Amino acid sequence: MIPAAFEYHRPRDIGGALAILTEHGEDARVLAGGHSLIPMMKLRMAEVPHLIDLADIAALRGITVEGGRVTIGAMTTQHELIASAALHDAVPLLREAALQIADPQVRYMGTIGGNVANGDPGNDMPGVMQCLDATYTLECPEGTREVRARGFYEAAYMTGRDDAEILTRISLKATRGGYAYEKQKRKIGDYATAACAVLIEAENGRVSSAAVSMTNLSDVPVFSDAAANALLGTACDRDAVKAAVAAALAEIDPTEDNRGPVKFKMHVAGIIIARAIERAWSRA
Amino acid sequence: MNDLTPDREERVANLKGMGCSRKRVEDARFTQGKGNYIDDMSLPGMLTGDFVRSQYAHARIKSINTEAALALDGVIAVLTAKDLEPLSLHWMPTLAGDRQMVLADGKVLFQGQEIAFVVARDRYIASDAIELVEVEYEELPVIIDPLKSLQSDVVLREDLDPKAPGAHGPRKHHNHIFTWEVGDEAGTNAVIADADVVAEASMYYHRTHPCPLEPCGCVASMDKVNGKLTLWGTFQAPHVVRTVASLLSGIEEHNIRVISPDIGGGFGNKVGVYPGYVCSIVASIVTGVPVKWVEDRMDNLMTTAFARDYWMTGKISATKDGKITGLHCHVTADHGAFDACADPTRFPAGFMSICTGSYDIPIAYLGVDGVYTNKAPGGVSYRCSFRVTEAVYFIERMIEVLAIEMNMDPAELRRINFIKKEQFPYKSALGWEYDSGDYHTAWDKVLKAVDYEGLRHEQAERLEAFKRGETRNLMGIGLSFFTEIVGAGPVKNCDILGMGMFDSCEIRIHPTGSAIARLGTISQGQGHATTFAQILASEIGIPADSITIEEGDTDTAPYGLGTYGSRSTPVAGAATAMAGRKIRAKAQMIAAYLLEVHDDDVEFDVDRFVVKGAPERFKTMGEIAYAAYNQAIPGIEPGLEAVSYYDPPNMTYPFGAYVCVMDIDVDTGVTEIRRFYALDDCGTRINPMVIEGQIHGGLTEALAVAMGQEIAYDDLGNVKTGTLMDFFLPTAWEVPNYETDHTVTPSPHHPIGAKGVGESPHVGGVPCFSNAVQDAFRPFGNRHTNMPHDHWRIWQMANALGLHD
Repeated sequence: MIPAAFEYHRPRDIGGALAILTEHGEDARVLAGGHSLIPMMKLRMAEVPHLIDLADIAALRGITVEGGRVTIGAMTTQHELIASAALHDAVPLLREAALQIADPQVRYMGTIGGNVANGDPGNDMPGVMQCLDATYTLECPEGTREVRARGFYEAAYMTGRDDAEILTRISLKATRGGYAYEKQKRKIGDYATAACAVLIEAENGRVSSAAVSMTNLSDVPVFSDAAANALLGTACDRDAVKAAVAAALAEIDPTEDNRGPVKFKMHVAGIIIARAIERAWSRA
Repeated sequence: MNDLTPDREERVANLKGMGCSRKRVEDARFTQGKGNYIDDMSLPGMLTGDFVRSQYAHARIKSINTEAALALDGVIAVLTAKDLEPLSLHWMPTLAGDRQMVLADGKVLFQGQEIAFVVARDRYIASDAIELVEVEYEELPVIIDPLKSLQSDVVLREDLDPKAPGAHGPRKHHNHIFTWEVGDEAGTNAVIADADVVAEASMYYHRTHPCPLEPCGCVASMDKVNGKLTLWGTFQAPHVVRTVASLLSGIEEHNIRVISPDIGGGFGNKVGVYPGYVCSIVASIVTGVPVKWVEDRMDNLMTTAFARDYWMTGKISATKDGKITGLHCHVTADHGAFDACADPTRFPAGFMSICTGSYDIPIAYLGVDGVYTNKAPGGVSYRCSFRVTEAVYFIERMIEVLAIEMNMDPAELRRINFIKKEQFPYKSALGWEYDSGDYHTAWDKVLKAVDYEGLRHEQAERLEAFKRGETRNLMGIGLSFFTEIVGAGPVKNCDILGMGMFDSCEIRIHPTGSAIARLGTISQGQGHATTFAQILASEIGIPADSITIEEGDTDTAPYGLGTYGSRSTPVAGAATAMAGRKIRAKAQMIAAYLLEVHDDDVEFDVDRFVVKGAPERFKTMGEIAYAAYNQAIPGIEPGLEAVSYYDPPNMTYPFGAYVCVMDIDVDTGVTEIRRFYALDDCGTRINPMVIEGQIHGGLTEALAVAMGQEIAYDDLGNVKTGTLMDFFLPTAWEVPNYETDHTVTPSPHHPIGAKGVGESPHVGGVPCFSNAVQDAFRPFGNRHTNMPHDHWRIWQMANALGLHD
C-alpha cells in the first residue's frame, strides 16, 4: 500500500488548478479530501503523476442560503454541512445524510464535491443530490456549465464531467415537507448495503410531491420517477408504499459482494426504501 | 509518633500495590505520541525490504526475472530462494515441527506467499521495484476446503515424503498433517450409544485473524566488525526469537541481541517467526547495513498468522434429567500451507482438550486431524490460550444444542452440570487438573444481576408479539460460562521447540530504595510496567512509583518465553513475587542486624520490618536498602538483588459467566446489543482498572469475531477480506456498553493467587454473542448456525426458517 511517485500541487485559485489540469491532462487528478483517491493510489489501482489538491482554494468553500436557493462550494466538508444551521433549516435531508457518512474524522476531511464528483456508486451524496434535483457547476478554462445531478452519472466512476473540468459548486432549492435518508451498513466507514433518500410534500393528507433515490444498489445512483409517482396522490398508506417499493426495486441492479448476495440486497433494499418513505411521510 | 506520621492504611495506599486501580504508567507516552514502535526506528544507512508476493494460491514458479528491478536506481538487492539456499535459509522450521518456505522454492502454496525480497534505499523505491520483478507462474489446482483436501489427488506439499510420519506421528494422506487424540473413544462411544438423550452438532469456527493496530515488522543490523547481530522487532517472545535465530543462522547466541520495543498489540499475531525476519537478517548480513521490514495492513491480514479455522463435530449425551454423561469431539483443523501453529510442542491442537468446559463430564474423547490447504499458515491463539476459544465455543454450543434437544432452559442445564466447588482440584476426563473454581456462585450472581427470569419473560412476550405481526424484532438471550486454561506452563509438559515454558524476574534494589525489575515477558499493551510494579510493591514494600519494570531486551532481561496465552501474570507474575520474597528474606536479616535483634524477632509490615511487639522499633525498606549497600554486615554480601525462574506447578483456570441481550431485525439482519454483563473470576485482582480495560478489549474482539470478522477465500484461493473495509474491526460506534462484575477465587498454587485475565473475555465472549443470535431463532427451529453473524448471514437464518414468507 505504497503509492507510486507523484507531484503534489496546491494551487490558491481555480484558475491555477485548471491551468495545471490542462497542462497535464490525463496525468492529473484533483484531490478533494482524498478518501477514495488516496487509497486507490496506495493500492496502485490509480496512477496519478500530478495530484492537484484543492484544499487552499478559498472560493470553493462555503454555504450560502438566499431566497430559497442553496449554494455549496465543492470543497465544503461534510462536517461543515452538518454544522451549518442555515443549511439544516433549508435542506434538513443533507445533514441527515452527512451524519451517516463514516465517522467524524472522515467528515472533517471529506468534501461534498469530492463525494459527488468521483462517481463512486458507494458514495451517499450522489443519490441524495438526485433526490434534491441539485445542479452541479463544472468549470474549465473555456467556461462554465451546469448539469443536473439526475443526468450526471453514467457508470461506476464515469460521469458527465470532462477530464479538463472541475466541479466547483452545487446548487439546489430549499426543500419543504418530509425527508429521510435511511442507510444500512455493516459498520462505521462502510458503504451502504442499501440506502435510500426520500422527500415528500403533503397537501390535505395526500402526497403532493415526492422524490426517491437509492445508493449503492446499482453501478450509479438510482433516481426512481416510478417510485415517486406511485406515491403521488395517495395517503402514503401501506399499499402505496408497497407499490413505490416495487417500482423502486424494478430499477436497481445490485451486485454480490462481501455484504451479501443479490437476493439479500434486494430484500434489504425493499425494507430500507419502505422505512425511508414512512419516515419522510411522518415528517411531511 | 505524631499526627504527621502516616498510619498503616496510608502506608499501604502509598505503595499503590495489589488491588489498587493505579493509572497505567505507559499511557503518558502512548497518549502523547511518544511511544517507540518499530516503524519509528531509523538507523544510519538503513535500507528497506519488501516482498514480491504470489498472486496465486497454488502455482508452480517457472521463472523469476529480477533484472528490471535491479536496474532501478536505489535498489540494492533482490533476494530469491536461490540466494538463500546456500545458507540453508530458503526454508525454516516452524514452531509446530514442520518447515516453511522463507521464499518460494519452486512453487507457491497460498495467495500472498513471499517470492522475492527487494532491498532498496526506501520503501517507495522498494514498492516500485516489486512491480518490476517478473514472475512466471503455472497455475495448479487450488484446495481451500480441508475436508476436500483429504480426498484430493493434488499434492500440496511435494517436499514431504507422503509415507513418512510428521512431527506429531503418522500421516494418513499426502495432505494430512497429524492425528491427535485425547481421552477414551471406545468408552465415550459406548456411553453415548446407551444414553437417554444425545445431541449432535457440526460447526465451523471460521478463519479469522488477530488484527493488532501495529502490523509485524523488524529492523536487523549486523555489525560485521564485532560480529554482533541486533534485531529489533514486534516479538511477543524475544528470547525465543534469539534462540531460534541462533539455531538457524549459526551465529552464537551471545552475539545476538533481540529487542522488542513498544508493541502496538499482538493478540497472538506476533508470536510466530515470519519470512520477513529471516530475509531482513540475511539482507543486513549481505549489505552490511541495517535493514527494516514492516508489513502493510494487507500483508498482515493475508499472510501473517491466522486464527481458528476448525471444523468441529460433536456428540453430547445426558440422562433424562439433564446430567451430562459423555462428550465426543472431532476436529478437522485447516492449518493452511505449512503447519506453523504456535502451540506447546506436545499439543498440536493446543489445549483444545479443555473442551469439556466447566462441566463435570465423566467421559470424553477429542480427536483432531490437521490438514494442509492453499491458505496462509499460522494457527495462533488470537486473544486466548492455545485453541481455548475454539474449545469453549464448542462446548458452549453443545450445551445449547443439548438444551434444545431436552427442551430445557440452558441456564438450568449448565447449573446442574457445573463442577461443584468441593470437587476442586478437579481432574477432567481429558486429563487436566482444574486448580480452583466456584461456578455456581458466579452463575447465580450473574443471573440475578440481569434478572434472568424477567428477561425470559420479556422474550416470550416479544415472541408472541412477533407472531401476531406487531414487531419484526426478535430478542435473543446469550449465555456462556467458560473456564480458561492459561499460564503455560509447567516445564514437565509444556515447551516450544524444546524450550521449557517457565518465566523469570530479576530485581535490583538501588541504595536509595527504588528498584528496577526485568522480566522475560513483553507487554504489547497489557500494562506490565504498571501491574508488575504493583505486585512487587506489595511484596517488598517499595512504592510502585519507585519501581521501573523493563522487558524485551534479551541482553538485559532474564530468559523467558514471552507474553501470550495469558501467561504473563500466572508465570512471570509468580516469578516476580518469588524474586520479591527473596529480597524480603535478605532484607529481614539486614533489618534484624540493624535493630540488634534475632532474625525471627522482626516481621514485615507493609513497607518496613518491625520488632515483634514493639512497632515503634522498625527499619523501612529504604533504610534497609541503603544499609545493604553501604554498611558492612557480618555474614551478608553487600547489595540487594534477586532473580527467580518460575516453573509453575500447574496451569491456572480463570472462569467467568456472561449474558448478552440482543435485539435482531429479521428483515435486515441488523442486531443491537442491548445489554452485556460480564462476570470474571481471575483470582487475586492486581489492578481492577487494568482488568476492566482488558475485559472491554477482549469482549470487543469477541464481538468482532462473532458478528462479522473473518478471513474469507473464494474458490481460487483469493482472499476476499484483505482490507479493513471488509475485515470487521469494531470501533466505538459498534461496541455496546459492557457491565463488568467479579468474584475472587484465588489460585491455590500461584504465589499471589492470580490467574490471568487478558484473554478470558474473548474466550467467553464469542460463544455469548453467538448464543444470543442463535437463541433468538430457537423457537423457529434453529439448532446451530455458523458464525460470523453478519447482517447477511442472520438474514439467511431468518430466511431459511421461513420468517420472510
